[in-house]
Amino acid sequence: MPRWPWLLLAALLALAVLGGLAAGPIPLSPVRLLRTLLAGPSAEGQAAMVVWSLRLPRLAVGLLVGAALSAAGTAYQAMFRNPLVSPDILGVSAGAGMGASLAILFGLPMLGVQAAAFTGGLASVGLVTLVARWVRRHDPVLVLVLAGIAVGTLFSAGISLAKVLADPTVQLPSITFWLLGGLSAATTGDLGRAAPLVAAGLVPMFLLRHRVDLLTLADEEAASLGENVARLRTTLILAATLMTAASVAIAGIVGWVGLVVPHAARLLVGPRFARSLPAAVLLGAAFVAIADTLARSAATIELPLGVLTALVGAPAFLWLLARGGRSACCGSKRAA
Amino acid sequence: MNRRHFLATLAALPLSRAVAQSTPQSAGQSTGQSAARSVAQSAVPLKAHVFGQLPAPGRIRRVFAAGPPAAVLAHVLAPDRLLGWPMQVPPEARAFLAPQVRDCPFLGRLSGRGSTIPLEKLLALEPDLILDTGTVDAATLSSAENVHERTGLPYVLIPGRLSDSPWQLAETGRLLGAPERGAELAREAERLLAEARGAGRRGGARAPRVYVARGPDGLETVMAGSLNAESLDLAGGENVATGPGGGVARVSFEQVAAWAPEVVITQDASFFAWARQDSLWQKLPALRAGRFHLAPSLPFGWLDGPPGVNRLVGLPWLVSRLHGAPVGEDGPGRVRSFHLKFYGFAPERPAFERLLAGS
Repeated sequence: MPRWPWLLLAALLALAVLGGLAAGPIPLSPVRLLRTLLAGPSAEGQAAMVVWSLRLPRLAVGLLVGAALSAAGTAYQAMFRNPLVSPDILGVSAGAGMGASLAILFGLPMLGVQAAAFTGGLASVGLVTLVARWVRRHDPVLVLVLAGIAVGTLFSAGISLAKVLADPTVQLPSITFWLLGGLSAATTGDLGRAAPLVAAGLVPMFLLRHRVDLLTLADEEAASLGENVARLRTTLILAATLMTAASVAIAGIVGWVGLVVPHAARLLVGPRFARSLPAAVLLGAAFVAIADTLARSAATIELPLGVLTALVGAPAFLWLLARGGRSACCGSKRAA
Repeated sequence: MNRRHFLATLAALPLSRAVAQSTPQSAGQSTGQSAARSVAQSAVPLKAHVFGQLPAPGRIRRVFAAGPPAAVLAHVLAPDRLLGWPMQVPPEARAFLAPQVRDCPFLGRLSGRGSTIPLEKLLALEPDLILDTGTVDAATLSSAENVHERTGLPYVLIPGRLSDSPWQLAETGRLLGAPERGAELAREAERLLAEARGAGRRGGARAPRVYVARGPDGLETVMAGSLNAESLDLAGGENVATGPGGGVARVSFEQVAAWAPEVVITQDASFFAWARQDSLWQKLPALRAGRFHLAPSLPFGWLDGPPGVNRLVGLPWLVSRLHGAPVGEDGPGRVRSFHLKFYGFAPERPAFERLLAGS
């Protein structure tokens, strides 16, 4: 296995970090930036505030969200044996969106909105897995997918209802901005709340990395190799949901990252989950950090992060669709 | 591609749909953008756009307000003729309203495809006319015409800029058969506007630079020139948020810090409470200097929400917060007399002292 893909990913990540620290509406020369970084977070003055209270936390949240969404996407794509699946296949974004919309409708403070979004995301996936457990007559993966569509649509309807009921001049813009996704409100507090949840999802995923490829086999084949498929699947769903819900709660709906990044990672390092997971984590972190740097520094107003990621993601999605059939490329049965 | 692959591909689609849906749905933004356009076209002569035949003013008994600004307008001019509220009025706001409108039901609003009242229900209410006020452009005019054609009800659309409120009050009063009341309130509105403009001009050589914080995190703002930022312009403040787009936009905290506003105002009580103890917001010079103010929002917003004649009460308040000069009599007394004049009712003085606490 060549080493260049990993060097490329590391370089990209370094670029994302440097760009994220250097760009912004308050100009800071590289020397001043370095001096502020060396002076530590307790220094006084505007430069210290900009670097330590604004750019660094936001950059870190961007890296975290990108890593989490990409890891969750990689896991789901392996689990559903399809490269066109995204982390909210089980309705987590719609659930989180409904939680946040309702919280804004009821005038809850920011922490309340985050908590409601997180709870909504978990509730949606919880509902989907309950249905999957209850309906046993069909293929479990199929039931999960279809239940995810249904529950996601149900929660989306809830979002629409909240929008209709919202005050059009004050609350509706807030709901709209939340749904578009963005990191403008990211703080160290957000990082502190989301990072443990993302870690709680990422660590089991990493520990199970060698067994995940077994899910690309038919359930009976995997079972014949001694794998408890149902338990493995549940663990992965739980891990991916925790990570996605935590990301969506602090960043809103940032689409396309979890869909496109895992695919690009597999192109770089090959289809094995044990390799594609770390590659996707690095690439996703860099992708969101770069997109967010553009979102906050391209104009005086914030461009919605979800729109920027869609601008890159949608063409990539179409390209995937066009080259479709030729490679299922997530450790498909043929590859395994 | 087998059946499972096909289904899984299908399953990937809700995400793309969700993103596609959420992109154009910035209804608040687009309203604001058309508002910004209408502000730019201020030379257009003022005129009430009437669709259908209006009943004689004396025979108008039942008025349906199409949206929140129209409801406030109808309420101040002819409270006994307002059929109900197009928005939810929370109990704490109702406590500030006169008994005859306090218990008016919530009916829903008419705003094109965003309408929440079915036309059949509207017909069942048997209004004598539909009153609407706000941005007047091709979209709102065609929507008004559409409602009139489908229901046969007369529809009146009044341009809704704050600076035109004396005209709005006089004209709508005339149309609703309350010309004296309309004229009286128009004079009062004229006085408040003139006072704000005068104080704004006297305030010094340079207008203070102001950031309007909105949303639960304070990082939504109204762009200069938009309908939502009218109070600020009238009171002689310079909106720091200039740039592409109009209406409401999201900004980063670093951008707010780069703008370095001298004053920060908000109408969001939960954001106000949070920012006052948040270490980051406290680093802004405006907050350190104690120039961070919460505009009251009862019974209706003082800066916005809804963008109606309710904003008049906020003008003297804004002037005093921007230019540091006390305006005439004491705050609670002044606000109470505005309520008595416009809303025809006011709770006792302590309610107003509480309303103004923290502002």
